[in-house]
Amino acid sequence: MSFFRVEDLGISFGGVRAVDAVSFEVNQGEVYTIIGPNGAGKTTIFNLIGLLYPASSGTICFEGRTLNGLAPHRVAQLGIARTFQNIELFEHATVLQNLLIGRHRHRSTSLWQEMAFLPAVRRAELAQREAVEKVIDFLELAHYRDGLVAGLPYGVRKVIELGRALATEPRLLLLDEPSSGLNPEETNEMAFWIEDIQKELGITVLMVEHDMNLVSRVSDRVLALNEGRSIAQGTPAEVQSHPAVIEAYLGGSD
Amino acid sequence: MRFIFKTDYRQDIRLFRHAGYVFWYGLLGVVLVAAPFVLSEYVISQLHFVCIYSIVGFGLMLLVGFTGQISLGHAAFLAVGAYTEALLQGAGMPLWVSLPSAALLSAAAGIIIGIPALRLKGIYLAIATLAFNVIVEEIITRWEGLTGGNGGKHVKPAELFGFTFDSDVSFYFLCLSLTVLSCLMLINLLRSPTGRAFVAIRDSEISASCMGVNLAKYKTMSFALSAALTGVGGALYAHKITFISPEQFTLLASIELVTIVIIGGIGSLHGAVFGAAFIIVLPQVISVAKDYLPSGAAGISGLQAIVFGVLLVAFIIFEPMGIYGRWLKVRTWFELFPFYRQGMFRRQKSYMKSERLR
Repeated sequence: MSFFRVEDLGISFGGVRAVDAVSFEVNQGEVYTIIGPNGAGKTTIFNLIGLLYPASSGTICFEGRTLNGLAPHRVAQLGIARTFQNIELFEHATVLQNLLIGRHRHRSTSLWQEMAFLPAVRRAELAQREAVEKVIDFLELAHYRDGLVAGLPYGVRKVIELGRALATEPRLLLLDEPSSGLNPEETNEMAFWIEDIQKELGITVLMVEHDMNLVSRVSDRVLALNEGRSIAQGTPAEVQSHPAVIEAYLGGSD
Repeated sequence: MRFIFKTDYRQDIRLFRHAGYVFWYGLLGVVLVAAPFVLSEYVISQLHFVCIYSIVGFGLMLLVGFTGQISLGHAAFLAVGAYTEALLQGAGMPLWVSLPSAALLSAAAGIIIGIPALRLKGIYLAIATLAFNVIVEEIITRWEGLTGGNGGKHVKPAELFGFTFDSDVSFYFLCLSLTVLSCLMLINLLRSPTGRAFVAIRDSEISASCMGVNLAKYKTMSFALSAALTGVGGALYAHKITFISPEQFTLLASIELVTIVIIGGIGSLHGAVFGAAFIIVLPQVISVAKDYLPSGAAGISGLQAIVFGVLLVAFIIFEPMGIYGRWLKVRTWFELFPFYRQGMFRRQKSYMKSERLR
């Protein structure tokens, strides 16, 4: 049984076949990256995995369980967390509150208990807070803990979103262009985080990324997409030198 | 200015953040308890209304201010609460049966309107709730056997364990305790996972859903809780004015309730109370002001509606955070004196947001 497997995945928007019969498999503990030119269907694959779009064909399996047909929130509850390319944080909340929402799938108290804020709720809240503080420690966000997200720089928000995903304690982490909008220094830092997430926390990472430096530095395996179809798969070096990939990025010789 | 040195996670979830809160809320409590023994009957009667509208304001604030779902039909829940209370009280039920029933029936109505709300957003949700308001009003008018139709219905004073709340003072304490209770309930909810889920839905549905928040469940829950609080407010309202008829629960009443939330300050519980006090005090101010206006202007019919409308628009344009926002600014000015800057509360520009699935 494979850890995470996508088989023959496809979706059409009108006449556009955005993702066409894409299959791949992610092993536990690796960093698997999807690359491809703009419009290749990378983010669409993420939205299909997150069940934000219903797939027109194919299956998505996580730890032997088929995800197709589940409600979107069930994906997070099964242990898959994601970040967004353009950051989807809760802007009017503090960093701490954002991370606490990440703990939603670990809540243990009922509405009635919460209304009275019984000791059980108090204990649960303190436990959630401790779990969140671990993430804050891990990503070195202590300085921003009580700051409103709306007032923080872009690079920090990117890390906070990563933190929110980590707060869910996922087994599979989907990162949608973790380096987009970051300067080289911040990208370098992001690479460190991803390496740490893989090695220290043991979380499997599935990532969409453009920055080839980052890709070759952190990924174990790479899948290249073009116009919704997979064109190459292998180690970063293999994929980068693959003729179909070069053609997709730079155009054919004719 | 006060700096709180935090040494314990408990400090972040406690009810009163520091001794200052304990002092000021304690003082407020003492004043509120002493009020009926000092103030005139008329003022107490107005305080009844402030309490009732505060409860309704809390309900609507939960939905509009914290879950981000608009409702232009909350007078319908007010009506459900009021008529349930009137009917059960008429059948000889004590308050401890009728009040929870009013809350439960309103909550059920809230769930009914909450289900279509799962598929509707923004202006469409506003129209759907508006239609719901009209439907409920129509049902009340037509179902004469139950509600007395346009003839209205008389309501007896509330009764609990043999005690009758027929004096102004006793009814004031009933209203006040229910207001405090519902306020505490909401504060508790907002500092626990359910409240955070509500706020998450308000700020970004897509990422709330990706964090495992069941949108359908929590939106319905928010509608139900909001309607239940409004129903409790409706029940007290019925006792307060002792006579209810369909024209008290029209669309205009719903808009008045939305006014509470917007003028008070969207997204804060203080705002609900400020807004409630505001719409009770404003008509008094207008009627006093009438004496000083030239006879032509004072005679305009609907002067009150005009003033309400103008104020609502003015608040939306100049102080979107409402009275509570203004209060925050004044407080910050004093706290930071003399370092307050003009642009301190200016909203930060938000970065590009992904437009998908909106």
